Amino acid sequence: MLATVVKYRPFAYLLLLIVAISMPWYAPGLFPGISVMSIAVLTVIFAGAASSWNIFSGYTGYIALGHAVFFGTGAYALAIICQDWHVKSDYGPMMLLPIAGLVAAVVAVPLGLISLRTRGHTFVVITIAMFFIAQLLAYNLRAVTHGSAGLELPIPSWSGDAFDVPFYYVGLLILLLTLATSWWVRRSKYGLGLLAIRDDEDRARGLGVKTGSSKLLAFVLSAFFVGMLGGLWAYYIESVFPNSGFDAIFDVSTALMAFLGGLGTLAGPILGALILVPAQQYVAADATLTSWYLVLYGAVFLAVILLLPEGIIPTIRKRLTRWLARRAAPAAIAGGPPPANQRDPVSAATRDGGDR
Amino acid sequence: MDLSLIAEAVVLGILTGAVYALMASGLTLIFGVMDIINIAQGAFVVLGAYLSYVLAQHLHIDLFVGLLITMPVMFGLGVFVEWAFIRPLKRDRIMLSILVTYAIAIIIEGLLGRIFSTDLVRLDAWYATRSFNLFGFYIGYIYLFAFLLSVVLLGALYLILYRTKFGASLRAATQNRTAAQLIGIDVERVSALTFGIGVALTAAGGVAFGATNSFNPGSHYDLISRLLVIIVLGGMGSLGGALIASFGMLVIEDVTAVVWEPKWSTTVFFILLVLVLVVRPQGLFGQLAGRKE
Repeated sequence: MLATVVKYRPFAYLLLLIVAISMPWYAPGLFPGISVMSIAVLTVIFAGAASSWNIFSGYTGYIALGHAVFFGTGAYALAIICQDWHVKSDYGPMMLLPIAGLVAAVVAVPLGLISLRTRGHTFVVITIAMFFIAQLLAYNLRAVTHGSAGLELPIPSWSGDAFDVPFYYVGLLILLLTLATSWWVRRSKYGLGLLAIRDDEDRARGLGVKTGSSKLLAFVLSAFFVGMLGGLWAYYIESVFPNSGFDAIFDVSTALMAFLGGLGTLAGPILGALILVPAQQYVAADATLTSWYLVLYGAVFLAVILLLPEGIIPTIRKRLTRWLARRAAPAAIAGGPPPANQRDPVSAATRDGGDR
Repeated sequence: MDLSLIAEAVVLGILTGAVYALMASGLTLIFGVMDIINIAQGAFVVLGAYLSYVLAQHLHIDLFVGLLITMPVMFGLGVFVEWAFIRPLKRDRIMLSILVTYAIAIIIEGLLGRIFSTDLVRLDAWYATRSFNLFGFYIGYIYLFAFLLSVVLLGALYLILYRTKFGASLRAATQNRTAAQLIGIDVERVSALTFGIGVALTAAGGVAFGATNSFNPGSHYDLISRLLVIIVLGGMGSLGGALIASFGMLVIEDVTAVVWEPKWSTTVFFILLVLVLVVRPQGLFGQLAGRKE
């Protein structure tokens, strides 16, 4: 049974990819009356952000609540570059996204060096403090950021219905890159070191994991992707302000998406974004619900943490393995060895359950 | 640079520092006993300020007299929040509690925004605008009153901590939760009461904050960022560290505002935090992390 699931998995992924790529053709017809592609753009951006947040926080267990620093840095970097280099062409800013990501990654190096000296609570608090420093700087460094007046980005010439499509594909591309990196990290010896840090950092160091540089690399990697997405987001909404680029809700949103889907799993953050971003947009679009936006947001957050702290994917996997084990047990007693590729249900159910 | 201006900034910093010391001591007490960081502490302060605002506007109750009503209310709210949202966390309490209290902060912000809109308001009373002359400085009465209130409440907190049986169990739970449980201390009850006390203190902080600043439901971000910096700088869980860091922070802020520019005052303090952490990751008076649940 599990073997069958594993066997057909590549086809399922291919199907999902086709569904995602062909989205602009069927989605507007499927949901008439709502700007479904703009929701799709935001969904891929946040799915990418949650997924790259997960590369650091999910694998190392260090909960960072300051990734808006990198999102905002990417956004501001792109805006400033476009302004100074007089970028006019439609795809110009898209080409510059890796630079926005690099700027965010460079910023992440000193921040990581300082914050990663601490652990647990103090680390969380320092990432929050760094977020506030970044936001303050965006307000105060008027020569660079124009303070609360914000910066504008070039306006692309794509028209009407087709406007969202290029953003969607670029966002999807970055999301896939993030996912590939996340997958690689998860599979590699390096990623094993990160998981060892999550389980017991001192012991991991004793076993020869270079904890300091491992954590820093994960931190910088996740900052790079978040920075690129920040740039894309700024280009999409055509402007960036201190409180929109450096948004406290962004900090918790990425964490919430990862927690909802499953912290430290590959698909969890994306599943979380797929559920939460459309819900967010639905509430934001509804006039009577909008004023309750923050209350609803906080309530969903509370419900997820209290009722489903492990996230959807690990919970489902745990149930599934337990169910399969129960079904397999009588057969095993009746005779015949269990299938060779059947995994030990206990180890598969612990934490986030190995690979996928 | 005019030295008397700097001296005035120092006096002002000490007066407001006491208020922050009060709010931060609630935060660091909660941390000490329960190992959790209450991100909603800033939101509770803003909530306290709005409660006083309602009492003053509609029932014409004086801000400080109103504390007799708002502090018990906030105490009850704190006990409820601990019971309903913190206690159920069984696994990975440290990390999850940060997210839970963050969610509570967002809910409070949303509710206040729904009720009071996001327009800036300010607590008003005769002493909120008048000032008196002290050795040639002009000091607002509200700063003096808020300072005195904070000193009284901090003194009361000291008495509770060091002169009552509850205080002894609280300190025992801070030192070692499991051992405290073993010698028969009801740690869950102590936790609930500590959370209640920590939140009750925010009602007083709310009056002082709301009478000296214009505020709206979003003001809690500004508050919590300062409070977090204070308790990290002082060393997490260290009450004395929080007091010293509060005075240090506010004095530095006010002096920076005078000698440089007001907009850089908070930034300077944040940078100081980063520099201290480079040298001492555990804060000024904290022990090295390594305490496990």
